[in-house]
Amino acid sequence: MSKTIEIRWHGRGGQGTVTAAKVLADACLSTGKNVQAFPEYGPERAGAPLRAYNRISEKELRVHCPVLRPDIIMVADPTLLDSINVLEGAPDNAVLIVNTGKEAKEIRKKTKAKDSQKVLAIDATNISLETIGRNLPNACMLGALTKVTEIVPMDTLLEDIKGSFGSKFSDKIITGNLDAAKRGFEEVKEG
Amino acid sequence: MGKLQAVTGNQAVAEAMRQINPDVCAAYPITPSTDIMQRFSQFVADGKVDTELVTVESEHSAMSACIGAVAAGGRVMNATSSQGLALMWEMLHIAAGDRLPIVLALVNRALSAPLNIHGDHSDGMGARDCGWIQLYSENGQEAYDNTIQAVRIAEHEDVRLPAMVCQDGFIISHSIESMEYLDDKVVKDFVGQFKPTHPLLDIDNPVTYGPLVLPDYYMEFKVAQDRAIMNAKKVTLDVAKEFEKISGRSYGLFEDYKLDGAEIVLVVLNSAAGTAKDVIDEYRSKGIKAGLLKPRLFRPFPSAEVAETLKDAKAIAVLDRADSYGGFGPLYMEIAAAMMTNGSKPTLINKIYGLGGRDFFPENAAATLDELKEIAETGKVKNHKEYIGYRG
Repeated sequence: MSKTIEIRWHGRGGQGTVTAAKVLADACLSTGKNVQAFPEYGPERAGAPLRAYNRISEKELRVHCPVLRPDIIMVADPTLLDSINVLEGAPDNAVLIVNTGKEAKEIRKKTKAKDSQKVLAIDATNISLETIGRNLPNACMLGALTKVTEIVPMDTLLEDIKGSFGSKFSDKIITGNLDAAKRGFEEVKEG
Repeated sequence: MGKLQAVTGNQAVAEAMRQINPDVCAAYPITPSTDIMQRFSQFVADGKVDTELVTVESEHSAMSACIGAVAAGGRVMNATSSQGLALMWEMLHIAAGDRLPIVLALVNRALSAPLNIHGDHSDGMGARDCGWIQLYSENGQEAYDNTIQAVRIAEHEDVRLPAMVCQDGFIISHSIESMEYLDDKVVKDFVGQFKPTHPLLDIDNPVTYGPLVLPDYYMEFKVAQDRAIMNAKKVTLDVAKEFEKISGRSYGLFEDYKLDGAEIVLVVLNSAAGTAKDVIDEYRSKGIKAGLLKPRLFRPFPSAEVAETLKDAKAIAVLDRADSYGGFGPLYMEIAAAMMTNGSKPTLINKIYGLGGRDFFPENAAATLDELKEIAETGKVKNHKEYIGYRG
């Protein structure tokens, strides 16, 4: 990993998107990388579209501005595809991972992704309902991210999910999140 | 060395405060600094610090409580932003004039109106002339390190003045970045015990704070105050040297980034300096002699040192994240005045950027460097003061 990896998250307020960016930063920090995780702050309302960002690098990170050309785009809520061009600024080799029950091919068509851009689908909402019992898709999204990029090893991610949630949540929630991450890793599909 | 953490700027400053363990804090939270006092009050509630946390009814009262507590003989800290600092303004002068070493975490935010909660330097620059030491920080690591060092600078017997440690609201205060904390004991030993001078609670040696001083002595007080704050330059460097021993991180009055032989120079404070440094690297790799100066100590301003460092530059752009409507930006005025002290005359331009949290992108730094390159070649300036990154 020679260059800085830049990630843009699209989610809705209250879905845990900012937490997901933080968990990813923590996991990457454990592997000795330099990390940034920061949300875009507007009027904070549950359900409103929001963006969050990660930068991960071997080098010291000094840049302090939003990511305009994301290498990886994470869409935590599929309804955002109707209102936002999630591929805005994405380079030709960008990776798009969408939480959706639909096939990745359909998402590729809907977002008009270029052939050179990777499009992946994971049904993180249903997986999280089955594993955690609530629509909290981001552990599953992180599992999917781990599968398709080499940012962080799966074991490290699982350790950090455990660490981040450990003090605040019940064992059921933690186990649920770990299972969701594992299923994200296993079930993410390209199209 | 401590352990690497991924934390926000606010978290880092709250952690520094926990490690410093002040005697008194006064809390009246305001965005984006709220998080500092929220976290710190948790430390108080959990018994992690011995601090007396005074909840007050306004920032004016917060600063007043701090003044009373430090005059009484305690080590005192506080945090605020924007309108909060503006409301403290009257009391800021009193803290400095009474020579009371309070350390204030200032999370820089725009001033109303219109209402805006995001990062710019209008609050800090508005308090420029209050007699406080001002340290500016590029990121959470620097905010943490500066907070710890500020205690020593403010409390030094040659200084005895309040200090504010500034970081950019949201851009740094709410962004998670990798940084390193020092061990508790290392910080405790570094800041040492607070040594009150003439405490009010020493009832065997009664003193008066804030007496009436008429024209026959007022000026002597004010000259003494200027001498005291000027002493903070040397003290800042001495404290930085000691801090390097415990942290491995070196600090000066300002950061000289690739200024050796630089013909075109950006002068910029805080988080935007980081963004601009990456662009300086790009220009250097293309063979363009570009450099950057990031002031750390803004009050007292190290004019002579800055002028000496920039004397061979051909063109300098001073970037201000605050405006003085109808005048030049505050940092520009400082640099322009500094350059007059040693007779060197590089061409100076002023760019106002990032007001109310408007993003500063690498492209903004690059465009400014391109303009400087042209000025260095032709000697012609189109605009001495210009706003960048806005919709015209």
